[in-house]
Amino acid sequence: MHDPALIPAVAVAGVTHRYGDRVALRDLSLRVEAGAQVALLGPNGSGKTTLFRILSTLMAPTEGTAHVVGADPTADAAAVRRRLGIVFQQPALDAALTVQENLRVQGGLYGLHGRPLAERLDALLAAFDLADRQRDRVGTLSGGLQRRVDLARGLLHRPALLLLDEPTTGLDPVARRAFWDALAHQRRREGTTVLVATHLLDEAAPCDAVAILDRGRLVAHGAPDALTAALGSETLWLETADAPALRARIEARFGVEARIVGQALQLSHADAPALLPALYDAFGETIESATVRKPTLDDVFLVHAGHQLSAHAQALQPSLEA
Amino acid sequence: MSRTDAPSAPSGPPTLASAWYTIAALWRREILKFVRDRSRLIGALAQPFGFWLLLGLGFQGTFRMPGAEGVGYMEFLFPGIVALILLFTAVFTTINIVEERQSGFLQAALTAPAARATLVLGNTLGGTTLAVVQAALFVALAPLVGLTPDAAGLALILAASLFTALAFTTLGFLIAWHMDSTRGFHAVMNLFLLPLWFLSGAAFPAEGASAVLRWLIRLNPVSYAVDALRQGLYGSALPTAPLATPAADLLVCGGFAAVLLALAVWRARRPLFG
Repeated sequence: MHDPALIPAVAVAGVTHRYGDRVALRDLSLRVEAGAQVALLGPNGSGKTTLFRILSTLMAPTEGTAHVVGADPTADAAAVRRRLGIVFQQPALDAALTVQENLRVQGGLYGLHGRPLAERLDALLAAFDLADRQRDRVGTLSGGLQRRVDLARGLLHRPALLLLDEPTTGLDPVARRAFWDALAHQRRREGTTVLVATHLLDEAAPCDAVAILDRGRLVAHGAPDALTAALGSETLWLETADAPALRARIEARFGVEARIVGQALQLSHADAPALLPALYDAFGETIESATVRKPTLDDVFLVHAGHQLSAHAQALQPSLEA
Repeated sequence: MSRTDAPSAPSGPPTLASAWYTIAALWRREILKFVRDRSRLIGALAQPFGFWLLLGLGFQGTFRMPGAEGVGYMEFLFPGIVALILLFTAVFTTINIVEERQSGFLQAALTAPAARATLVLGNTLGGTTLAVVQAALFVALAPLVGLTPDAAGLALILAASLFTALAFTTLGFLIAWHMDSTRGFHAVMNLFLLPLWFLSGAAFPAEGASAVLRWLIRLNPVSYAVDALRQGLYGSALPTAPLATPAADLLVCGGFAAVLLALAVWRARRPLFG
């Protein structure tokens, strides 16, 4: 037998999924190592939820194969379900039931009962700072507390892999912070592998790896530091009315390669700040603004997807250059 | 990668014992949700009771039962109101499923390793229990119209109520499964429920109806539930001829429930998304 730690938590190979004519995932291949925390980063409609439906046994992919901790969600759904915990975009909790009652229902769905369930409940409630609220109805809890109860729900049966689908939607920064802290503690104790779908860069940045999805395609995958480092240490961004024209002139004059990203020009030059005065001297009248900064995951997304993650209106437009 | 290997959930396929815990947990959840919702609690009882009073008192003076002149409309309608409580309470407990599709609960249940049949049973038995308890509360009023069922009669009423409630909770389950809004659910259910009830011999005696209606009544499974309830309430003192024997009534009600349950399990086993 293989060492369980060597079986990837998620192994997706050549998965394409169509809803009628609409293609939601295109030839996606992705591996998530056991014990890692990986972000699936992309705007709404990029295919994150589709991938989660396939991994969580709710839907078979049109083409390709998927494995969750070594089991195929289509062929061996029961094995996948035992190993998988899921926190959905909307909490799977009943407002009219207490925290404890909700978690006991979840236990029942996994055949858990009696002492083992009671001990597991106590441990999770204590770990997530919910012990004194366990007899309160979920409807009386703040959004942040409800999310933590839902996280406890997803972890109740000690899954090897936890899927989080935009888990902090609608939470204020303090509650968001508390949610991630609770999850980090949990991972230290039980080593749960986490795959989180998010469109928030600051939730993706602390992960071990980031997989960037755009319109159903995996456009980049790697450690956040490696992805940003690949863009150079300092990146110069120029805004101009006619990006292709400016790019041609810069390449002709300075021999520096520039990339058109959305409406802007990006120069990954080793000494970008030093280049800036020379650029202004030469083309000052056509440059509307210039920024020098270290690349962020936002830039990574922009470069690979051709449009900005945060700007939704822009994200829906076809990119100028793929 | 060094990590403490957490003990995972029970491995292997779901056992009979774990199936029992799943059903019990979902059953309890249905009961708790209903009891905590005071408006539903009151509405489910007050509505049929009001219906009985209004219809009963309204037709009391003009109603004439063919072959049994002594039976007033309040009395005639009584078994039908028991059926009405069963149908409506049973079906409307499943409206939760429509909301649970929007929240994560339906997906959480379907991504659990529990056998699909236990998910269906836990959910429908919860609604069945609620409907039967409500019907029993109303049956306790039977002496008001001069009906005092004996033990055998009560057993027949209970059996018919259980099968009917299970059938209609499952029907609600099947319809709620395809519904995106509670409004649509209400519309579709009313399309089913009221005709089924009116054509069951509950609201008017089959003997006085036209031939076409009499045929529809014979084809309607709810007619056999009403017939069993009526026979249970009257015992041997039934004022008119029954539709079928009590055993045949129960067979129809039980068979109807079994067919719907099989359909619901089949539906729950298919992928939620396509």
